[in-house]
Amino acid sequence: MKIAIPMNEQSLDADVCPSFGRAPYFLFYNSVTEEAYYLDNAAVASQGGAGIRAAQVIADHGVKALLAPRCGENAAEVLSKAEVFVYHSIPGTARQNIEAHLNNQLPLINEFHAGFHGHEKK
Amino acid sequence: MKKSNLTIAVLSGKGGTGKTLVSVNFAAAAESAVYLDCDVEEPNGHFFFKPEITSEETVSAKIPLIDLDQCNGCRKCVDFCKFNALAFIKNKPVLFKDICHSCGGCVLFCPQKAISEEEKVVGKIQSGMSGQVCVHTGCLNTGEASGIPIIKELLKKSAAETTLPVFIDCPPGSACIVMESIKDADYCILVAEPTVFGVHNLKMVCDLVEVFHKPHGVILNKCLETENPAEEFCKEHHVHILDRIPFDSKLGTLNSNAKIAVRENDRYRELFSALLNTVIEEANHEAVADPQR
Repeated sequence: MKIAIPMNEQSLDADVCPSFGRAPYFLFYNSVTEEAYYLDNAAVASQGGAGIRAAQVIADHGVKALLAPRCGENAAEVLSKAEVFVYHSIPGTARQNIEAHLNNQLPLINEFHAGFHGHEKK
Repeated sequence: MKKSNLTIAVLSGKGGTGKTLVSVNFAAAAESAVYLDCDVEEPNGHFFFKPEITSEETVSAKIPLIDLDQCNGCRKCVDFCKFNALAFIKNKPVLFKDICHSCGGCVLFCPQKAISEEEKVVGKIQSGMSGQVCVHTGCLNTGEASGIPIIKELLKKSAAETTLPVFIDCPPGSACIVMESIKDADYCILVAEPTVFGVHNLKMVCDLVEVFHKPHGVILNKCLETENPAEEFCKEHHVHILDRIPFDSKLGTLNSNAKIAVRENDRYRELFSALLNTVIEEANHEAVADPQR
């Protein structure tokens, strides 16, 4: 199963990025082969619709589970239509989150925010 | 019909420099005039003019309507959309209406001709008189991506006006929506405040009006006795200074009570009338100097 995580750095031992649509990188992790690869998030400089574009990349890569601290409504719509489940990440590294997810310790996100749209919470 | 009137746009690189103060008082000083509030995300000229609204029209934008039976899933529309308004899920495009900027590109690119357009209401224009000033206010609905369809409709009112001067209160900044607002203007007034941040934004609008080859001049607002970075910028870059408006509590009080200074105070009536004459002279001179403009 393929898992995706928004990241600030390209390392399994780096922390999860607090933003989904504007994260600099995405980590893709295959839980069967235990292989990981990273992609630059092309949506990071989008004027608008970053969440949609980012969710599109996640869907295009055949991801089944996205682990993120939060996710906007538009991204959630794309992900849900593409049958990607979004799980609430915990503070800590990508590695810790993957472990927690594989042990069924991360709950599904069921509240999606309406987007910050230029009013980013720091 | 030949146009004998001037269209004057008032703009600034940031909000709160005094665009509305200048454009409202110019229109009031001209006595008979047309005032267009193109700051459609937060129109506020009507607070001053308090026009009696005599007409209201809705403004629509075109958004794509996708016939999924015709769609062969080639994804060209999704790849084209620079605004990320289209997603591609299970081999079919999905539209996010609120993100769409009505550019029409997806319609042109679809090889299957599966995309047509439908109208979506994005806002309205309210019109009414305040004394001899005809006030048109553009209002963009909350959450809409672009006010440009509303500005296009507002500018039709300017194009139809052949005798009275037209004053355009522009949105802040120097983005597409400002370019749309100034494109038909004969003269641009840049309003600047005496701060370092103000200078940064003044430079952006100076660059913009130069790209558009618009004759322009700067009004320095909120002037204190102390040094004025905006004034220094203008002198250094040979940008014409039209006048200085003092940082005056009387003007601030009138403004914060939504009063039009020109209609309440002799000093400001004289200041704005003289300033208006300067601008009209300059604009006419520019028109003679460069009739191709």
